[in-house]
Amino acid sequence: MRIPALAILAVVATTLFAARPACAQGAGTRPSPSVAAKETAQAPAADSALDARTAAVSSTLRCPVCQGESIQASPSELAQQMRAVVRDRLRSGDTPDQVRAYFVSKYGEWILLEPTMTGLNILLYVLPVLLVVGGVTFVIVLVRRWTTREAKAP
Amino acid sequence: MNWRRATIAVVAAAPVIALFAYGFTRDPGEIPSPLPGQKAPGFSLAVFTPGGAAPAKTPVRDSIRLSDLKGKVTVVNFWASWCGPCRSEHAALSAAARQYAGRPVQFLGVLYNDRPETALQWIADMGGQSYPGLLDPGTLTAIDYGVYGVPETYFIDPTGRIAFKQLGPASDIILHRWIDSLLRVAPPRDTPPAGSR
Repeated sequence: MRIPALAILAVVATTLFAARPACAQGAGTRPSPSVAAKETAQAPAADSALDARTAAVSSTLRCPVCQGESIQASPSELAQQMRAVVRDRLRSGDTPDQVRAYFVSKYGEWILLEPTMTGLNILLYVLPVLLVVGGVTFVIVLVRRWTTREAKAP
Repeated sequence: MNWRRATIAVVAAAPVIALFAYGFTRDPGEIPSPLPGQKAPGFSLAVFTPGGAAPAKTPVRDSIRLSDLKGKVTVVNFWASWCGPCRSEHAALSAAARQYAGRPVQFLGVLYNDRPETALQWIADMGGQSYPGLLDPGTLTAIDYGVYGVPETYFIDPTGRIAFKQLGPASDIILHRWIDSLLRVAPPRDTPPAGSR
């Protein structure tokens, strides 16, 4: 009985932790090869620092016409135009936070791939951890109860 | 029946059911706009068609500035010739613009990710347009208005504040209710007229 119980614990733990990288993937920062190539071809070499800052900020903004993609990763027309706005704003002296604040003022907090840790958003960060801890604790308690019964059995 | 177990099951299931009920009754593609209630972003956009009876080929250097429209109810419609739902609202927009011609109301059609030649052909195919069409190079004005899909229509009150954003086609009812309410008096914030989203 001990081995199946431990096996269940292992499966549950693996499932819970495997869910985390899957969520992080949605907020991926890797641009698609075609977009990256296009941007490199368009931008002069001297602007590589600006390119890097544009990419960093664009990676934190959600593409409004895509599914869980950043405007940096999306090849859509609107994402390209939004990247141009990010670039122009950074070039004119805006800080990354000011650029993000501009997009939030137009599209709401929805536009941020990573929600801010304020108000109800805190639940988004706290709840998964609580669920994982609670789930693991529940399984451990259950397994112990099973193994105790097994030991007591004649 | 084990009441303790039944209670635990109900207590555990209730939040999940509530979460699904919340999720399934909302459009996941809809982005709630923070703009209603805010000052409308200013713009100065080139005219590619003046609308109405005027000839379609007006010089593109003519432009319309939002700041010049203070004191009027302004209806800004973002559209494109490749957009299917834009076809269904076009007749209502053109008819409403004609009906309010003698009143302090200005309709504007801002072209979104489209070419003026294609747009002019589309307008001709649709039987004309009774209000000016504007170009938005780089989609800068559309982004300034938080546009993410067309058609989207913004109702701006005479003081220059965005009163309402219509996602999807603007119907005759929505156009009249909003324009009439903004013509009477600038409505208090967050009180849309009945029948609108």
